[in-house]
Amino acid sequence: MTVVAEVAGSRELLGNLIQRELRGKYKRSTLGWAWSMINPLALALMYTLVFSVVFKAKLPETANGLNSYPLFLLVALLPFNFLSNGITGSMGALVANSNLVKKVYFPREVLIIAQVLSWDVSLFIEFGVLSVALLVVGNMVLPWLPLVVVLVAFQTLFVIGVGLAVSALNVYFRDVQHFVAIFLQLWFYASPVIYEYTTQVHDRVLRIVPAGQEVPPQHWWNHEWMLWVYKSNPMVGFSNSYHAFLYNLQFPVWTDLVWPAAASVLMLFIGIRVFRKLEPRLAEEL
Amino acid sequence: MFGAVAPPGQGGAGRDEIAVRVDNVSKRFRLYHERNQSLKAAMMRGGRAKYDEFWALKDVSLEVPAGTTFGLIGQNGSGKSTLLNCMARILRPDAGSITVNGKVSALLELGAGFHQELSGRENVYLNGSILGLSRKQIDARFDEIVEFAGLEKFIDSPVKNYSSGMYVRLGFSVAINVDPDVLLVDEVLAVGDENFQRKCSEKFADLRQSGKTIVLVSHGLDAVRTMCERAAWLEHGVLKGVDTPSELIDRYIETTHVDRIATEGGGSRWGSGEIVVTKVELLDGAGVPTLWVHTGQPATLRFHYTANERVSRPVLGFALHSIEGVHATGVNSRETLVPEYIEGSGHVDFAIARMPLVAGSYDVTVALVDESNLHTFDFQNKAMRFDVGRGVPREAEGTFAIEGIWKFE
Repeated sequence: MTVVAEVAGSRELLGNLIQRELRGKYKRSTLGWAWSMINPLALALMYTLVFSVVFKAKLPETANGLNSYPLFLLVALLPFNFLSNGITGSMGALVANSNLVKKVYFPREVLIIAQVLSWDVSLFIEFGVLSVALLVVGNMVLPWLPLVVVLVAFQTLFVIGVGLAVSALNVYFRDVQHFVAIFLQLWFYASPVIYEYTTQVHDRVLRIVPAGQEVPPQHWWNHEWMLWVYKSNPMVGFSNSYHAFLYNLQFPVWTDLVWPAAASVLMLFIGIRVFRKLEPRLAEEL
Repeated sequence: MFGAVAPPGQGGAGRDEIAVRVDNVSKRFRLYHERNQSLKAAMMRGGRAKYDEFWALKDVSLEVPAGTTFGLIGQNGSGKSTLLNCMARILRPDAGSITVNGKVSALLELGAGFHQELSGRENVYLNGSILGLSRKQIDARFDEIVEFAGLEKFIDSPVKNYSSGMYVRLGFSVAINVDPDVLLVDEVLAVGDENFQRKCSEKFADLRQSGKTIVLVSHGLDAVRTMCERAAWLEHGVLKGVDTPSELIDRYIETTHVDRIATEGGGSRWGSGEIVVTKVELLDGAGVPTLWVHTGQPATLRFHYTANERVSRPVLGFALHSIEGVHATGVNSRETLVPEYIEGSGHVDFAIARMPLVAGSYDVTVALVDESNLHTFDFQNKAMRFDVGRGVPREAEGTFAIEGIWKFE
């Protein structure tokens, strides 16, 4: 594929652009890189207050005796933030670099890929800190980390795919960014990040219900087709897998691995197609 | 015609090869009536914004031989920059194709992609990689780049603290050191101070010597004439010709500057020429032509004209500038003397009762316009120069000796 060859040919540019993103990100803030950790921690604190304290939602204890909502939350919140930041960043990448796009030729995909990979770097740092915290509370995550890396790699392909599509569309319709901002909010709640999704047949209820109450089984969202709609969101599988690897220390059900991986490759392919289609007139439309 | 060019050196392509081949290239732009890129606007309209199509390039074919410096000339909007952008792959032609043999570097905007917060050093690496250099290649050229830009002392400070000159110099220095086979240049030669410009000219000369191909877009016909071996002339997106610069530029001036009259003497001259001022004279009090009057003496400015056709209601005006460039005065005949029409030859006098200018030399700029002042028949900058000697009042400063009477009570 020519795209792959071109991007591979601009590895150095990619590296430099990633460096530029990372160096520029916290350049003039006093806390610098600490912000990368403070943001998810603040969110974790907020959600913990709302769901654990106010709503008194309870998580079942894991096999190895762990029961910590903040840790459970962070395990999937960090990768979701990666998705959210990566897509938002990609969307702005062409517009923000319009002077470059209009004046120099290089494979424009590199801008989006650099944007996403720079958020990958943040994600790995955050996961590093989180892993230490998990080890401290006695969750032996080390053997699972290689699998997490593979998972992140697939999620990266997914984010690049979405990023390529929305970044090019945003050049033509600038309100794609506002639409995507709302969609990301919806996406967040449609993915099991702040709540646990269970697959037991007798209990196909999203565990967001306050303790002691149950959603009646005939409720519309408990129907089989609704489950399929829900699970078609690749972030369900991704989140479940992150939860499984890092929090529960077990393998997720195979569909939670296979579908996200397949969706990632598919999304990347779609993203490349959309981008290639819109790319020729980018310099004019910017 | 190729005599000025040294044989191609290492890295350059052979003489008979083609560096850039432009095949039937057309490029269409969309001119939007309203620039409203929102979904709401699109839905209300039932589609994307309405636009007119505008062909910036129409079926252009040309070949740039390897190792030549090739100029693109044409007026604003003729499509020459569009063609250059297509060669640089920034714009995609709607029809036809462009083949470039070898590595291309485009000097379209200097320092594009510099990151304000990063140091000059970091930006050299970033910009270099954008232009297609590897880290190793930049390492090897780094000192040369910095030295060429003359920024040794500032290379580790963030570029946001650079002056605009430093910024552009660094951008130019990186771009020129990319060592391309084909260099595309868009009007960026006038960069930096004199010293830097001299270095740039030398660098261009070096590149030409070593057999690189340079495609140059310029409004400056002199630059094209002196630097290029071949040139192409575009007008409204259509290729009007490819030739040696001197021949092409002559043809270009002939056809595009129909209402220009050849410059005589020092000043510039333009106008449509239906009526022209053939001569400006200064007469002394006795009516004898002279170039020398004294302050306070009577004098007359006489403007000879020739009307090539009947011209209705022309207005004559003139301005006087001291040779230091001070605009002393400017008057015209609109309020006092507008003839119904003028035919043939004759002269118009402007009588000065007492010359108010103080001693010095003055240039007369003369203009013949129509009554609305929208159309210029003839405009001659510095058509004539005359001198004013000391007179009465003898001790006067400035430009004018104001008339008045001292009275002591």
